[in-house]
Amino acid sequence: MQEWANQLCENRQFGSKMTDSKYFTTTKKGEIFELKAELNSDKKEKKKEAVKKVIASMTVGKDVSALFPDVVNCMQTDNLELKKLVYLYLMNYAKSQPDMAIMAVNTFVKDCEDPNPLIRALAVRTMGCIRVDKITEYLCEPLRKCLKDEDPYVRKTAAVCVAKLHDINAQLVEDQGFLDTLKDLISDSNPMVVANAVAALSEIAESHPNSNLMDLNPQTMNKLLTALNECTEWGQIFILDCLANYTPRDDRESQSICERVTPRLSHANSAVVLSAVKVLMKFMEMLPKDLDYYGTLLKKLAPPLVTLLSAEPELQYVALRNINLIVQRRPEILKHEMKVFFVKYNDPIYVKLEKLDIMIRLASQANIAQVLAELKEYATEVDVDFVRKAVRAIGRCAIKVEQSAERCVSTLLDLIQTKVNYVVQEAIVVIKDIFRKYPNKYESVIATLCENLDSLDEPEARAAMIWIVGEYAERIDNADELLESFLEGFHDESTQVQLQLRTAIVKLFLKKPTETQELVQQVLSLATQDSDNPDLRDRGYIYWRLLSTDPVAAKEVVLAEKPLISEETDLIEPTLLEELICHIGTLASVYHKPPSAFVEGRGQHKRLPGSGGSSESPDAVSAGAANEVAAVIPSQGDLLGDLLNLDLTPPATTGPPPHSGGMQLGAMDLLGGGLDSLMGDESEPPPIPLRSDTPRSPPLPHQSSSSPENSLTELGGDLGGSPAMGAGFGAAPAAMPPAFSAPVSGGLEDLFDLGGGVGMPLGSFCPPKTVWLPAMKAKGLEISGTFVRRAGVIQMEMTITNKAMSVMTGFAIQFNRNSFGLAPAGPLQVLTPLSPNQNIEVSLPLNTVGPVMKMEPLNNLQVAIKNNIDVFYFSCQYPISVLFVEDGKMERQVFLATWKDIANENESQFQIKDCHLNSDTASNKLQTSNIFTIAKRTVDGQDMLYQSMKLTNGIWVLAELKIQAGNPNYTVSLKCRAPEVSQCVFQSYEAVLKN
Amino acid sequence: MIGGLFIYNHKGEVLISRVYRDDIGRNAVDAFRVNVIHARQQVRSPVTNIARTSFFHVKRSNIWLAAVTKQNVNAAMVFEFLYKMCDVMTAYFGKISEENIKNNFVLIYELLDEILDFGYPQNSETGALKTFITQQGIKGQLQTKEEQSQITSQVTGQIGWRREGIKYRRNELFLDVLESVNLLMSPQGQVLSAHVSGRVVMKSYLSGMPECKFGMNDKIVIDKQGKGGASDDAGKSGKQSIAIDDCTFHQCVRLSKFDSERSISFIPPDGEYELMRYRTTKDIILPFRVIPLVREVGRTKLEVKVVIKSNFKPSLLAQKIEVRIPTPLNTSGVQVICMKGKAKYKASENAIVWKIKRMAGMKESQISAEIELLPTNDKKKWARPPISMNFEVPFAPSGLKVRYLKVFESKLNYSDHDVIKWVRYIGRSGIYETRC
Repeated sequence: MQEWANQLCENRQFGSKMTDSKYFTTTKKGEIFELKAELNSDKKEKKKEAVKKVIASMTVGKDVSALFPDVVNCMQTDNLELKKLVYLYLMNYAKSQPDMAIMAVNTFVKDCEDPNPLIRALAVRTMGCIRVDKITEYLCEPLRKCLKDEDPYVRKTAAVCVAKLHDINAQLVEDQGFLDTLKDLISDSNPMVVANAVAALSEIAESHPNSNLMDLNPQTMNKLLTALNECTEWGQIFILDCLANYTPRDDRESQSICERVTPRLSHANSAVVLSAVKVLMKFMEMLPKDLDYYGTLLKKLAPPLVTLLSAEPELQYVALRNINLIVQRRPEILKHEMKVFFVKYNDPIYVKLEKLDIMIRLASQANIAQVLAELKEYATEVDVDFVRKAVRAIGRCAIKVEQSAERCVSTLLDLIQTKVNYVVQEAIVVIKDIFRKYPNKYESVIATLCENLDSLDEPEARAAMIWIVGEYAERIDNADELLESFLEGFHDESTQVQLQLRTAIVKLFLKKPTETQELVQQVLSLATQDSDNPDLRDRGYIYWRLLSTDPVAAKEVVLAEKPLISEETDLIEPTLLEELICHIGTLASVYHKPPSAFVEGRGQHKRLPGSGGSSESPDAVSAGAANEVAAVIPSQGDLLGDLLNLDLTPPATTGPPPHSGGMQLGAMDLLGGGLDSLMGDESEPPPIPLRSDTPRSPPLPHQSSSSPENSLTELGGDLGGSPAMGAGFGAAPAAMPPAFSAPVSGGLEDLFDLGGGVGMPLGSFCPPKTVWLPAMKAKGLEISGTFVRRAGVIQMEMTITNKAMSVMTGFAIQFNRNSFGLAPAGPLQVLTPLSPNQNIEVSLPLNTVGPVMKMEPLNNLQVAIKNNIDVFYFSCQYPISVLFVEDGKMERQVFLATWKDIANENESQFQIKDCHLNSDTASNKLQTSNIFTIAKRTVDGQDMLYQSMKLTNGIWVLAELKIQAGNPNYTVSLKCRAPEVSQCVFQSYEAVLKN
Repeated sequence: MIGGLFIYNHKGEVLISRVYRDDIGRNAVDAFRVNVIHARQQVRSPVTNIARTSFFHVKRSNIWLAAVTKQNVNAAMVFEFLYKMCDVMTAYFGKISEENIKNNFVLIYELLDEILDFGYPQNSETGALKTFITQQGIKGQLQTKEEQSQITSQVTGQIGWRREGIKYRRNELFLDVLESVNLLMSPQGQVLSAHVSGRVVMKSYLSGMPECKFGMNDKIVIDKQGKGGASDDAGKSGKQSIAIDDCTFHQCVRLSKFDSERSISFIPPDGEYELMRYRTTKDIILPFRVIPLVREVGRTKLEVKVVIKSNFKPSLLAQKIEVRIPTPLNTSGVQVICMKGKAKYKASENAIVWKIKRMAGMKESQISAEIELLPTNDKKKWARPPISMNFEVPFAPSGLKVRYLKVFESKLNYSDHDVIKWVRYIGRSGIYETRC
């Protein structure tokens, strides 16, 4: 009976509601005026109708703030529906009319005392959403009561309200003791109250990294694990995400938590499952691998992950991005599940691309036949991106599973026979890699490849083909003709092709010197005389000189043995992977980027709790942070103890101070490691170009990312690296462009002075913007920019100007490999479209986890920028000071020992002229750029400052700065295990001091 | 957490806009419209980052739902929430369409206020929500104090999905085992992948707070009991237990109990809900086999022959059989002959669609077609999409059987015997494809 009655009742209401859409249609002119009248009507119904109209207008974006007093007047009502509508309005407009909003306070306070718990909760919920200071003052008392309300519904709402209030006024929340009340709610009898309190506390704790607010101890863990079984699906997610932050004391505790979390893997809600996977993946690190339970757990993880793939496509996408991480961390979990990643014809493209990625990762000798059959099938599909990726995947399989190489090559040849343009090009690019992996095995196919020479129109494919021709010039009869044909349009080619062509012809010459002398001269003169590209030109000169002075050496250099290419690609760098594993299920795991790359404000870096010594317990971190503050205050000997510096460098960015004792060894390690990565150690070749084929930002072609070039690039770099070598080029005057004069020095000094005079804010050193890409060269796109380090983040600041006649959209940016692995930490965000003559300031945060390749000069950065018109390339130089990290202050003893330890030939001296600062000011100035003064000594009126700085890749640079009173010329001596950085460091010294 | 929620129509006009967090500016609404809805190329990811703001979107018919945030939120949770929101809206006013959303916008705002607080999802079980949010606004003023506290304890309580005091004169329950069988077969008849994804949907009309226990022929449970001795129905059916790869449950099921004892016990929600989902890959009964034969006769003609064979008990009848044979884009004409049912060439869908109303087990039928092609100079070969099939059969292709569903209600005086129980099995085709 009751059922039937309810239904009837609902049906009737339904009938009366069918007319709500009419509110969307009023567009008359005197609308506001009419609404005003209706709002002040005596009739309740009419009032309600009017408020609905107001909300509808608000939704479609009309400004109805003028009606504020009239709407607020309707608040005093018994009708809950009307009340909610008025509240909705208030939340939207209170901020713009704070004084008027006060009118509402009384009603809120009254409602918080209402006997109906639904109304009490509504009032406290709404009040927290009104971001007006005066109202928040009144909120405190009602909130305090509601946190202790007898009704759980009110308490759970109040718990969230604390988080709201904290967002408005954090201090107030602390002063009022709400945080303690919130902590008490973790022990509440009602599971939903617990869940909301956990959610609120977790969020608040994130903004106080060291507060230890979320005091996770075994007792709280127990409470949370109990609540986990009882609360709603959303509550379970909050709790699991919070549990993941806990560090178990030992493997037994770890196991017992895992045991209590595993049942969640059967939950219908995918987010609960993924959060549980996160907890398990993290705590598993603590378990000894020989434990039976460890194996059981691994087995339990596979089925739920597979089940996620039958969810809706959007969730599949999230799941696949996460599985990609899990497979990298623990390949054993899913190694038998290849089939479920086979692409279905109707999968959305984003699911298809992700599945393909995982298929490549799981490919092994056991399943390669099936995988290849699938990939071949995919290569005939419609979507161009997908097909390309499938072709590429076939190449990856060949490289990964040696036994399959032959089959892969024949599959690729079949595909080339289809003559579908992009398939052919993609196939040629991967075949080049196969040649490198298995030299002297498949060269018989070269003839087939050469047939397709004319159809190649993409730089990457052209470059790959040219590489093949150059590499196997002795086996291709008409190699010279083939290469010559490319030479005709040399200037229209992209840089990548030009570089490759130049190298290939040199190779050809070395192999068949008699017939090709003319050709090689032609290409070298094209490269050196008619090109503006320093890379092309300089390397051209190197070849030229090499060939003319010592052909044998040239042969050794150019035809050197190439390093092997790695089997796995697109691997995420291990520390980033560890961090991402701690973020399973979240956006970070979808983007494959640390939260700091896309979330404002500094986040903590999460780490896996390894049983090894690589991780620090949270306690150690917070202890470290406490020490740090003390460490910033200088000891007696130092004279840089002024408070200004303390203010300028936020303590948290200073990083943990070096521990004495064990530190010394650590420093050595860092130096060694840093050196290796800088020099591009040949025994560990950089992997094949990473193509981060995320669907969001279509990849730009790497400027010269084709790996065969690597060995050469590095060699070239090394040769040109020492200043002596630069001098040796005197024979070719045009050879050395002002490459050594970074934009920070030379003619720009005046600009700096100007900047200083106008009163540039005293902060980290920031050179003024220079034009990087003139509009002339980039079809109307002009970019000027600079680099700066702010709060520990390197920012690339650019002004993008549209000087073309048409609108520009679709901006994207990519860097070539560079000496310090600089890479954009997020996509380039240009609020497009950029209309003609408009300019926009963009700040692009950078990280240093990109691929490393030594550049010349060291701080050179090659950038590709894309918009709807074309792709443009330019190179710019960053002041090396942006790479000085905040924890670059060495302990005195360590400094002393290191200084002695570094050989004297690694010391270089420079003069800084015309600098009129005393030593304290200089020291302060330098410290803003993370050059730290460790000690100061005064001898005969000459101040000696001993300073240290650390680069992002862990290289330490030690310096001695001599300042003599009255002498405007300073002397800097730099000591570093990687002496090639000295020149750049010196330039930064000069720039910072003269700023 | 979720910073805001927007609903747009297909043109990108805002129908609903609710902002929860201060960091989401007013331009966020437009940013999504410009960059996603109006984007020239097809959207390549359900998650989009525009100017440091992340947008999650799902589409229901031509309505866009977008959640927006500036934080590192739990992405899986956001999507789960968006689906849940669709469910809640559907439960309140039916299909999600522009008209229905406009007609119910006040209700939607009320719901959004309730199920998402400061961007944190709250209880979103329709059963609980309907007790205090109706289409006529909040029922607030009509309730007595007891009713109010009953509502709040239900919304926040352990058993958020069921209210107390439900009474039926006839205690009745319906169990539907709904399976979708998926297949990918090579042209040579080799199974490339096959799996069943199944759901157990329950409609319960039971009084009070009944405690239920559900049992099926799960291999792990049967094997465990088998060790104990008595297995009476051994030999009765050839396949008595099935290996379940994985299963997930409605939140009413006690997961820890399933984990430890593999028993499925719960207090069910009132009315219809999905008790569990499961997946199997072993020993699947493939109801149909498709044997394709495609022959290219010159450059302007294709001959296609497709045989389908039904593979189940002759006494059972499959229904709604449909075979879809793709044709090349340059098809100019098609002649079809089929033994059973009706076949038609649908130019707009680039396919021959062959429909058969009913077909008994262990039968076979055949279609042959001649496809005339227009000559083209397109170098690329036709991709030959797979032949797909739809059908419905009255059994569970996984072999799953319901063994029991016991109901205990200690406070009210009805026992397990008094409950009327109905069980039904339906197997449908999921993605059932044969490459040709």
